[in-house]
Amino acid sequence: MTTTQEIIMILAVVLGTVFTRFFSFIVFPANKKPPAYVRYLGTVLPYAAMSLLVVYCLRAVPFSELHGVPELISIILIILIHSWKKSMLLSIVSGTVCYMALVQLVF
Amino acid sequence: MKWKACKAALPVTIPIAAGFLFLGISYGFYMYSLGFSFVYPMCMSLFIFAGSMEFVTANLLLGTFDPLQAFILAIMVNARHIFYGISMLEKYKGTGFKKCYLIFGMCDESFSINCTITPLEGIDKGWFMFFVTLFNHIYWVIGATLGGLMGNLIQFNTEGIEFVMIALFVVIMIEQWQEANNHIPAMIGMICSVLGIVVFGTEGFMIPSMIAIVLYFTWNRNIDMRKDGE
Repeated sequence: MTTTQEIIMILAVVLGTVFTRFFSFIVFPANKKPPAYVRYLGTVLPYAAMSLLVVYCLRAVPFSELHGVPELISIILIILIHSWKKSMLLSIVSGTVCYMALVQLVF
Repeated sequence: MKWKACKAALPVTIPIAAGFLFLGISYGFYMYSLGFSFVYPMCMSLFIFAGSMEFVTANLLLGTFDPLQAFILAIMVNARHIFYGISMLEKYKGTGFKKCYLIFGMCDESFSINCTITPLEGIDKGWFMFFVTLFNHIYWVIGATLGGLMGNLIQFNTEGIEFVMIALFVVIMIEQWQEANNHIPAMIGMICSVLGIVVFGTEGFMIPSMIAIVLYFTWNRNIDMRKDGE
């Protein structure tokens, strides 16, 4: 590929990505109230989307070498620490450090 | 007003800084290993700003010249943004000229923070969300550029640090779970995605799962997310 062709390829990817991000905002512009159905979807989808995102991040884990044991231990730790201290940063740091220790030192 | 929003946004993006710098460096390093100059990861992280798609694009650039296929692939890989858009219609409303950038920069991490965290009283929501998006964007571009520049210099044991992203999403899920009085939407999301993986495999489940989620809520529109008395 020439440099020009590479730039066109990258632009095509930029366009595709921008399309997915702007799609809903163009179909339902701010000056028009979106239909009740769409507003309803807007109230429930954020919750469903987070679950989807977590599963997406963990999708390959059960099939990996360790079958997700370090992930499971770290997530349980995050849930415990977060229910106890309710500090976002503390929960994230302890979960990540636990995971790194598990994959580097234990397994 | 801007300064206050900026100061409020910085701490909530710190976990993302760690994740994005690491992932960005890995991505830049990956492009370096394929023989690209650091200008590529720098420009791609700046203009595409969608992590998984950027890794895919690196491969596309090594293949044959086919922009239409690249365009369609980008829509498929990023289809979840359509989903995020519907969730953010209300939140991004009335943010003025910042709205364009908020939508342009709506990656997974900016979306999850902006849809869950409400800044304290007195802080402008629009500017808060703007800075969350901007900081994330900056971390990602710096990481990708550094990775491309440093190439093979990186030699410390960071194995496992990518878990910081999952940790962030899990914490956000816990926060949402505690804040909601109805857990059906979160569980439907979980069930549809796991079923999606079982039926369609780990690489092709996103779109069928999203369709299943929307269909479920279309069929059952009686779930009320409001707290009692509001």
